[in-house]
Amino acid sequence: MIEYWEPLIERMPVDELKAIQEEKLKSLVHYVYNHSPFYKKRFDEAGISPNDIQSLDDVRKLPFTTKQDLRDTYPTGMFCVPQEQVVRYHASSGTTGKPTVVGYTENDIKEWSTSLARGLTSIGIGRGDVVQIGYGYGLFTGGLGLHYGVEMVGASAIPSSSGNTERQIELMQDLGSTAMACTPSYFLYVNEVFKKLGISIANDTKLKCGIFGAEPWSEEMRRRIEEQTGIKAYDIFGTSEISGPLFTECIYQDGIHIWADQFLIEVIDPETGEQLADGERGELVVTTLAKEALPLIRYRIGDLTAIKSGPCKCGRTHPRIMRILGRTDDMIIIRGINVFPGQVEAVLMDIPEVGEHYQLVVDRENELDTLTVQVEVTEDVFSDKISDLMVLEKKVTKALQTVLNISARVELVEPGTIPRSMGKAQRVIDNRKI
Amino acid sequence: MENKLIKQISIFAENKAGRLEKITEKLKSANINIRAFTIAEAGDFGVMRMVVDKPEQAHNVLHDAGFTVSETDVLGIEMSDSPGGLHEISTVLGSNDINVDYAYAFAMATQKALLIIRVDNINNAIEVLENSDIRLISMEEVNKI
Repeated sequence: MIEYWEPLIERMPVDELKAIQEEKLKSLVHYVYNHSPFYKKRFDEAGISPNDIQSLDDVRKLPFTTKQDLRDTYPTGMFCVPQEQVVRYHASSGTTGKPTVVGYTENDIKEWSTSLARGLTSIGIGRGDVVQIGYGYGLFTGGLGLHYGVEMVGASAIPSSSGNTERQIELMQDLGSTAMACTPSYFLYVNEVFKKLGISIANDTKLKCGIFGAEPWSEEMRRRIEEQTGIKAYDIFGTSEISGPLFTECIYQDGIHIWADQFLIEVIDPETGEQLADGERGELVVTTLAKEALPLIRYRIGDLTAIKSGPCKCGRTHPRIMRILGRTDDMIIIRGINVFPGQVEAVLMDIPEVGEHYQLVVDRENELDTLTVQVEVTEDVFSDKISDLMVLEKKVTKALQTVLNISARVELVEPGTIPRSMGKAQRVIDNRKI
Repeated sequence: MENKLIKQISIFAENKAGRLEKITEKLKSANINIRAFTIAEAGDFGVMRMVVDKPEQAHNVLHDAGFTVSETDVLGIEMSDSPGGLHEISTVLGSNDINVDYAYAFAMATQKALLIIRVDNINNAIEVLENSDIRLISMEEVNKI
């Protein structure tokens, strides 16, 4: 039986959902115009009045918001409420630029948790479950964000945060975790440590599913995780600017459900900014329909995906997005060709002899970009014959060439030499000095 | 037939300074004696192959240290340590259509030399060599060398 957190909303007919979105969008533009000097200026400069927005289609008239806007108005220049109404702040680390700060009212936290409560229910997590949250707690939204959703559905949350893998395993076994939330690359590392300890996730834990996100991962990687550990691996999506982790797949693993009563999504051509049709791949743009402290109009998240239209087998009517292929800023350009680490991962995980850890190294030799893909040689495939290893090297090279349209050098490395990450895996090392 | 097989340890290693040192250090601390040893290189990586006195223990020690290790059956062939010694063996193998994947050899103190070979059809090779009165060296004998 399929469980719903809010069945009436989750299965609402699409035209009713759209009517709700339209009403919320219309009041949102007035709200931001009247409460945020930033948006007032932005609208005025674009020659847009809140009254110009009369239908969902009119969203196209609105200017985009970017991460740079949040940086430029650091710390709270885009907030629509005074500090007294803010019950929590989160902040980005600022490793790739100036940090950004996000804030939440009491109601924002409730809406955020509700979004997750719907998602958790849709993957069968509820009262009686024990959810180990291995996302970082603190300024990063991953840990605390998920935490409140888990508590809302009545499951037990273990705020184990990231790192200390042996302790994670001990908690998983002693408290009987039924779900683990972390990055997929970290979960693979946890699985490695299980093996080293001579135990297995399938036989020695109660784990039934994983809630994996905070980095792009491929369908092929999902298959690997599920085969090796016997759990169901679910994708979770979100970004700190629009709250944090917000949306998950349902048990059918057929796209991430985006709650339309809270968010309006579009997919645009990253070059022209034009809206793309459902099913076409482009950059995801999100308008928050229910946020009070830091509502965002047409926020360019930077993730590349496509909208999947039509109802899901689970009965939910809200739009879905396909698996995130990568981010516009993850893309590396090698000899003029766009390469996404996700594409490389999909190729590698389709080759059974290749281990789950990999790294892309980009160099520039004699004015020419080179891509080296490092993969680990596991004992399962090591035969002692050099010719077998060379065959494997060739096989990977050929498969990459076919998909990427550029030639990459494949380097076989010893297991454990590619750095394991406790959080987001660093897949690309770009040594080019441009 | 089983006692004619020699358990060789093979290790996958990146072609980097210090890798051999790490491996030999593990063997040393486990008190494992190397009887024969070779490194084959193939660009970025190489394969180290060795015959040791305690192959199972060596396998475990290296595996636990995180190395990619495999165990392979090879043959140890006694040959005469004089001109034509290797030729005698290769004639037998060649005329019986046995292809050698790789081989390494060393001289012993006894006017004899030891040749280690890996072939595809190991049982066939044993039969052919024994029919030609060529002596195969067992694991126990390797340990006594």
